Amino acid sequence: MIDWIAAGLVVVGATLALLAGVGVVRMPDVFTRMQASTKASTLGLGCLLAALAIRHPDVSVVMRALSISAFMMLTTAVSAHVIARAAALTGAPLWKGTLIDERPLENRDRDDSSV
Amino acid sequence: MLNLTSAIALTMLALGAGLTFVRLVRGPTLPDRVISIDLIGILIVCVLVVVAGDSGQQAFLDVAMVIALISFVGTVAYARYLERERP
Repeated sequence: MIDWIAAGLVVVGATLALLAGVGVVRMPDVFTRMQASTKASTLGLGCLLAALAIRHPDVSVVMRALSISAFMMLTTAVSAHVIARAAALTGAPLWKGTLIDERPLENRDRDDSSV
Repeated sequence: MLNLTSAIALTMLALGAGLTFVRLVRGPTLPDRVISIDLIGILIVCVLVVVAGDSGQQAFLDVAMVIALISFVGTVAYARYLERERP
């Protein structure tokens, strides 16, 4: 029973990581790509670490899995925020279906016609 | 010898890394490439976690933690460079 739960969590986690890759390729925009990769990869890594902790219930393995998971959940959000800020400030082009662009005019992309 | 679920998971992770590499080559702007490198680092961490669960070696978990740390610092450094230099 434990093995089946762990195997299911491993497959779900790997599927989420694969979906992160698909989202990075298929999304139209820097910001949408970034949210796809960040959310899916964090959840996938969490599922894989949960499967590892279920399969090997030692203190050392569980503590390492918990610390990797907590660290990734903290740093992924920070790095996504920092990249998004840099992309917005350097005038990354937005998807043409975007409704509101709240950046000041000097920070937008110079050739808006190409978007 | 890998068991079946680990083999399936490693295949899917490799496929995801290949797709991310497509975006790394094609990416129109520099932030796209930084995002791709960050995602490849996270996928490497996922591969190490799967291998650690399959082989039972705890040393892979330490390697995964170190790679996660270095990938985060690298991403923040790239973002600082992008903001300061405005390439």
